[in-house]
Amino acid sequence: MRAISLYLHIHQPYRYRQYSIFDVSNDHNYWIDHNYNSKQNNERIFRKVAEKSYYPTLEMIERNVRKHPDFKVSLSITGTWLEQAEAWAPDLIDKIRHLVQTGNVEIVAETYYHSLSFFYNREEFETQVKMHLSKIKELFGVEPKVFRNTELSYNDELAKWADNFGFKGILAEGWDKVLGWRSPNHVYRPIGCNNIKLLLKNYRLSDDIAFRFSDRKWSEWPLTVGKYKGWLEMDALRGNLINLFMDFETFGEHQWADTGIFEFMDNFIDSWLKEYDNRFITVSEACEIMPVADEISMPQTVTWADMERDLSAWMGNAMQDEATRTLFDMSKEILESGDKDLIDDFRKLTTSDHAYYMSTKYWNDGDVHAYFSAYDSPYEAFMFYMNILRDIEYRLMLLKNK
Amino acid sequence: MLGWELPPHNSGGLGVACLNLSKALADQGADIDFVVPYESTHEDIKFMRVLSATKLDPLYRYGIGAYDSKFIEDVVFPTINKENLVSIRDVQRHYCEFVKKYLMEFKPDIVHAHDWLTYEAGMLAKKNYGIPFVAHVHATEYDRSGMNGGNPVVHAIEREGLMLADRIIAVSKATKNIIHEKYDIPLNKIDVAYNSLGEDFFAGQYNYDKNSYLYLENLKKAGYTIISTVGRFTIQKGLWHMMHAAAKALYKNPKLIFVFAGDGEEKNELISLAAELGISKNVIFTGFIRGKQLRDIYTVSDIFVMSSISEPFGLTALEAAHHGDALILTKQSGVAEVLKSIMSYDFWDENRLADEIVAIAESDALKKELQEGIKKEYCKIPWEDIAKKCISVYNKVDKHKRNIG
Repeated sequence: MRAISLYLHIHQPYRYRQYSIFDVSNDHNYWIDHNYNSKQNNERIFRKVAEKSYYPTLEMIERNVRKHPDFKVSLSITGTWLEQAEAWAPDLIDKIRHLVQTGNVEIVAETYYHSLSFFYNREEFETQVKMHLSKIKELFGVEPKVFRNTELSYNDELAKWADNFGFKGILAEGWDKVLGWRSPNHVYRPIGCNNIKLLLKNYRLSDDIAFRFSDRKWSEWPLTVGKYKGWLEMDALRGNLINLFMDFETFGEHQWADTGIFEFMDNFIDSWLKEYDNRFITVSEACEIMPVADEISMPQTVTWADMERDLSAWMGNAMQDEATRTLFDMSKEILESGDKDLIDDFRKLTTSDHAYYMSTKYWNDGDVHAYFSAYDSPYEAFMFYMNILRDIEYRLMLLKNK
Repeated sequence: MLGWELPPHNSGGLGVACLNLSKALADQGADIDFVVPYESTHEDIKFMRVLSATKLDPLYRYGIGAYDSKFIEDVVFPTINKENLVSIRDVQRHYCEFVKKYLMEFKPDIVHAHDWLTYEAGMLAKKNYGIPFVAHVHATEYDRSGMNGGNPVVHAIEREGLMLADRIIAVSKATKNIIHEKYDIPLNKIDVAYNSLGEDFFAGQYNYDKNSYLYLENLKKAGYTIISTVGRFTIQKGLWHMMHAAAKALYKNPKLIFVFAGDGEEKNELISLAAELGISKNVIFTGFIRGKQLRDIYTVSDIFVMSSISEPFGLTALEAAHHGDALILTKQSGVAEVLKSIMSYDFWDENRLADEIVAIAESDALKKELQEGIKKEYCKIPWEDIAKKCISVYNKVDKHKRNIG
């Protein structure tokens, strides 16, 4: 048997508006930008991406599920995405629910707010995971068995936590520096764990679709189904599980419809399933079916981001450190305040995208970070964020003086 | 090369840019005669010949007209001088006469003229002798007048010069766009060559002296943040907005000191505005400063603001960066096109400027990231590259001429 485990990640943050020092203590609205065309207008961005990616990609999955009873997909969907979909495109949630009911689509657990709270506040992290589980149960009626942490960040400690929590599986990057000669196409056991299994992203084959598909400077462009299938078959010789992990927005947003990405996927799925004993499986099926090949240790945190596969895009500079520290320094007081709005605002501020906007890592080269930023500069992103934290501080002070 | 000022007889960035460019061109092998409108031998300049078009004493008249183009027919020079030159127009006419006489004897390959003051002489070379004329735009009348009107005579000279020029060099994309939009020049006739800092800035003979601004040093120790701006106090520089922003920032954080370094027609207005806003205690006027005094101001400052309504380039921002300041620049400043580690705002957005000042003052992390980031990038355009760019423009002109036949 040769199996592909296709896992897609769906997320939108709540971007904070251009929150001025003159708003502090006067206006506690951080998330709604009344200028529809601004770079931080969440509704506009959500609707735009929905048109370009969410609808056509869900249709692509629906179409293939109808055609092939064996086509399977795993999805992780953040709480902040679900809230925005409920507000602006509730039919997206209906579509996903319908897909989940077919049994061909599985939901993966994660933090509700797409946060890196595991690294700052373990208790808050666990709360956010539980919030996500209950939101998924409420909307889709299922209980996820496999966990992924934000940005696929992973280390041995996280695996232990997930094992104790009762997850069957956990996802991580199949990074060469950790794997050495080992292949990502097997299931592994995290060191010191008894039950949980580790699935590793096959980043080369995933990125061929996610990043390189439409790159005309790529020597392999254009990527044809025949060529890609050939690579998969070759790679499956060193382990029969190919984990293709990528952003849901790969389809339609990173690779536009006019690159032929949807047709490519339709034909690829057809062609893959035509072969004897080729399958698609969900991430929990992979954990059930596949035997453990070896034990793996990743004491240092590995993510799926950048060349370094680390957290430097979120924790790399003084602004990011100061912003995150200031936020989590207030967490105890905020969480004990019992003020629902305040707690919700705090949690939205834990979303990792905010720290990413403050990254100066490639700022001078004007690279991918600048492209994905909602702000004119990392300095500006930091400034608005810190103004919001000042307002949060002010609200805490008001509560205390009550 | 036709120019209006060279250091030390300069009152702004034009002379500095002309000197650095000429030096870099000479290093590339260019043979340069540089015409100035006053009498001075510039003995320290060895790489080119400096020719004086008049016998005016540079002591009285350096820079006049290069920046203040409002009163070009008025009597600005003492009436007793050898050639009866009393206005800028008089000097320009004399400058043209000199160039005419020069061209009877010498036939340069290119006439490269800097700003409107010398365009007429450039046109003359082209019309009378068919010498290719390159117009270098450091500023237009729109910039000088804060994008509001300006002197129609100057506009007319600029328009004619830019139309007749074989090629135009603009100091930023912003300037290129102004030349295109306001003077109807096709974009493909205009090249962009940014400015840069001169070698003397890196020569290392400068040492900061803590005692030169002891008062400011003590305030810093007491937790104050020093914000400075340097330039001529004219409408172009947007200082009125900056003063209002200063008041707004002080309302949020009283531990700020604003240093306005420079002089100009808006000086009295700015002093009384500070008083009206009730912030005089936190605003310092230094008067016109240069050299070490200026560098000490940059050094003592934490933040440098360029508040210009329209700034073709803005060399002072690079000078401030060299001395370790965090930069806040208007989006209307050309220099903002080449720098990434900056904060920026639209010149009219006083709230945003106040926001940015307070944000930097209250966050060591932000200040550190801005200061360290800009240190890495402020000197990334060497004058050598700018000179090469100019030479490539000269070569385009030659080709163009050959095509005509």
